[in-house]
Amino acid sequence: MTVLQEPRTESHARRYGAGFLVKLALMAVVDAFGVYVLWAAWVAESWIILGAMLAMLVVVNWVYFSRRAVPLKYVVPGLVFLFTFQIFTIGYTGWVAFTNYGDGHNSTKEDAVTALLAQNERRVEGSPALPLTVVSDGDELGFVVVQPDGTTAAGDAEQPLEPVEATVADGTVTAVDGWEVLDRQQIIARQGEVTDLRVPVSDDPNNGSVRTQDARTGYVYLPTLVYDDGADTMTDTVTGTVYTPNDDGQFEAADGSTLDVGWRVFVGLDNFTTAFSDSRYAGPFFQIVAWTFVFAFASVATTFLLGMFLATVFNSPIRGRKIYRTLLILPYAIPGFVAPLLWSGLLNRSFGFVNQVLLGGAAVPWLTDPWLAKLSIIGVNLWLGFPYMFLICTGALQSLPSDVLEAAKIDGAGRLRTWSSVTMPLLLVSTTPLLISSFAFNFNNFALVYMLTGGGPRFEDASVPLGHTDILITMVYSVAGLDGTAPKNFGLASALSIVIFVIIATISAIAFKRTRSLEEIN
Amino acid sequence: MRRSILLASALVTTLALSACGSDDAAEPAEGSTDDATATEGEDAGDDMATGSLTVWVDETRQAAVESAAEDFTAETGTEVELVLKPFEDIRTDFIAQVPTGEGPDVTVGAHDWLGELITNGVVAPVELGDTTPQFEDVAVEAFTADGAVYGMPYAIENIALIRNTELADSAPATWDEAIAAGEDAGTKYPLLIQTGVEGDPYTYYPFQTSFGAPVFEQNEDGSYSPEIAMGGDAGTAYAQWLAEQGESGALTTDITYDIAVEAFAKGQSPFIVGGPWMLEQFADLDLAIDPIPAAGDEAAQPFVGVQGFYVSAQSENALLANDFLVNYLSTEEAQTALFEAGGRPPALTAAADAASSDPIVAGFREVGAEAVPMPSIPEMGSVWAFWGVTEANIISGSADPAKAWDKMIADIEGALDS
Repeated sequence: MTVLQEPRTESHARRYGAGFLVKLALMAVVDAFGVYVLWAAWVAESWIILGAMLAMLVVVNWVYFSRRAVPLKYVVPGLVFLFTFQIFTIGYTGWVAFTNYGDGHNSTKEDAVTALLAQNERRVEGSPALPLTVVSDGDELGFVVVQPDGTTAAGDAEQPLEPVEATVADGTVTAVDGWEVLDRQQIIARQGEVTDLRVPVSDDPNNGSVRTQDARTGYVYLPTLVYDDGADTMTDTVTGTVYTPNDDGQFEAADGSTLDVGWRVFVGLDNFTTAFSDSRYAGPFFQIVAWTFVFAFASVATTFLLGMFLATVFNSPIRGRKIYRTLLILPYAIPGFVAPLLWSGLLNRSFGFVNQVLLGGAAVPWLTDPWLAKLSIIGVNLWLGFPYMFLICTGALQSLPSDVLEAAKIDGAGRLRTWSSVTMPLLLVSTTPLLISSFAFNFNNFALVYMLTGGGPRFEDASVPLGHTDILITMVYSVAGLDGTAPKNFGLASALSIVIFVIIATISAIAFKRTRSLEEIN
Repeated sequence: MRRSILLASALVTTLALSACGSDDAAEPAEGSTDDATATEGEDAGDDMATGSLTVWVDETRQAAVESAAEDFTAETGTEVELVLKPFEDIRTDFIAQVPTGEGPDVTVGAHDWLGELITNGVVAPVELGDTTPQFEDVAVEAFTADGAVYGMPYAIENIALIRNTELADSAPATWDEAIAAGEDAGTKYPLLIQTGVEGDPYTYYPFQTSFGAPVFEQNEDGSYSPEIAMGGDAGTAYAQWLAEQGESGALTTDITYDIAVEAFAKGQSPFIVGGPWMLEQFADLDLAIDPIPAAGDEAAQPFVGVQGFYVSAQSENALLANDFLVNYLSTEEAQTALFEAGGRPPALTAAADAASSDPIVAGFREVGAEAVPMPSIPEMGSVWAFWGVTEANIISGSADPAKAWDKMIADIEGALDS
């Protein structure tokens, strides 16, 4: 007891030995990084990141310098990564699901107003290009322009253009009375102010104002849309139509017409209801759900059966089994994105290797016939997935307790009997959790479907661009317009992925509960 | 024990601060030297105070933009940072990143993105001013929406009929003539046109227009309104033609882009419908560029795509960005450099004239003069989704032409209404 007790009285926090110094150095690196992030977040004014980082730093420092938080010392790095890469993503997806983020609702209202005003300022027709010089009077910026008749005029935001005496060289003003001419560096330092500056042509605002985009040439502009800050309305200066903000995050006129650019707003459960209320999707949806389940089950079953069979075969001493095992694992070494692409070439109806060489020039529509395409998908996934199952089954078989197998032999059980009553149940105990995760993975096997068939061949009776091999996640990709076939709707995409998550979570939870009964075998 | 925590934290913080300190110390030092040099001479401090510009480019434009950027940097002292991105990623990344303030100041892009960029409020108008008439009309038109110009065009591209002069000596006037000439040549394919199981409505569009079935209604100023115009008798006639040609074997969904280009390069066909981007693979063939033969009674008008540069609506360097585009990238020299880098005919008339000394470029340009701009309205996305697959199904014979075409029109209209 005393032996155990002694180290406790001398914790790392007190014993300033080599271990402590290493810890100190590592923590210094971590804190340096943290301080850098804090500083960067401060500069970028992203307060949420700043707060999260600060909290994380405090927690991490407390954990590693306190004696009381021993278990946390092991868990904290994992928790930090869990928070950054999982919780944040899930939280963000959940947040987007309740907004209308997507095409036309891309940013904040402030940005939308700026964009609308920028888009709706028109150069006065037939107005000349005015060689322009940026000048200042103390803090106030102004423009000096050379007018078409050769005279010069100056003005600022309040003061309309008025004739001034100025020195003109090469067509532009180089010096002017009462104003200081800004050089290029001064202009660039204040470029936001320069591009925002509007110098009225005259006292009548309908004559427009001079603005410049490059600080070299000015043009006369008139706004066609005006924003009233107090009333929060947009007014079309040509037609007089007044647009007010609506609940969808757009400016809407009395007749229901809206301005193009909107902003993100919370729309509550709208995304979840639209996902299930569009009648065009009703038919294909159920077909796709059914196929998703079939595909996920078939993928797990085929890969597991083949993998287990091969593992059992190569578990008995065969000459050169190391070489066979290595060869069998090869498909697993090919990236999951590349393999489906390779296969889509091999399975091409007219030029693919399978038809041309293996089948002697047959024209089997592997990827364009609804049933064959489904078969091809499961087949390619079998090729891709069995090495994984082969690996884990080999591992599980090798770790089976030999006494149980011996006991079976002594009891007079045959090979088949031993396998079905002893080997198989024991194998399932250790592999079932992996089968469940494999199911969840295949349920969302986007890359395979997208790269191999792209969801095709299309449903011929449906009015939406979906096909016979589409699974739920590729359907979401298409419905939300992420493939470019419809206006993008990230809100809808997030809502649908949450629905898919709920489905998978439910199935996995039930399945894990069932596996507990398997474990009782032990 | 508590004291030890405090002590350790203090120690760590000091270490951390001293680690950062080296950075912090460096910055004011640089700043002060800058101040010092600025008083000595104007030019010395240039690179610190003149800002920097971030430009997104893809591989084919990188070198050309780089040379224009060097001129810009030499004359104004502004650094231009080029970020290399795959062309197909630029559109979505630009829309997603501009609102966060992390986007570029300028990006290269295609004119048919315009509708989407405007609706998302990520692109700012560019005043081309007096340089406007120096560009080809169609180029500026393509970047115009509702009377405002949103980009600086630099290249125009369109498809044409590329002819292998060894296999066919004259330009065919109609589709039937082309097929006949192709059969006379005795090659494996009479005419090559990329199709694939998903169809290729972009490459097929000139044949569709020759039946008088444009995709959208066109306004007087050349812009499109979101009214589908490819239905009706004209559309059905085109669908019938697709079915006939599919049955006779002149059109087949087996031919993909790669297969078509490879077959033409091997001399397996006298004709291929395609664009200047294919030419690299045909380097050792003797080529002529002809107008696309009409299949129907009207002129065969391909789509013209215009490439250009957009300015971000959230750019903090809007002034520099516009200066760079309007005064440095729109020069004949810069546009010619872009042409030499990418092979697409320039949008600046003077540069295009110079490039037209090459008969191949002149040929594409001549066909482009008759072409129509690809619609840039956001509704176009919904059209692509149904258009190609329907054409492919008609060609492969798996769908009845008239019925499939009518269903496609109904589906597109359904998608536009939803």
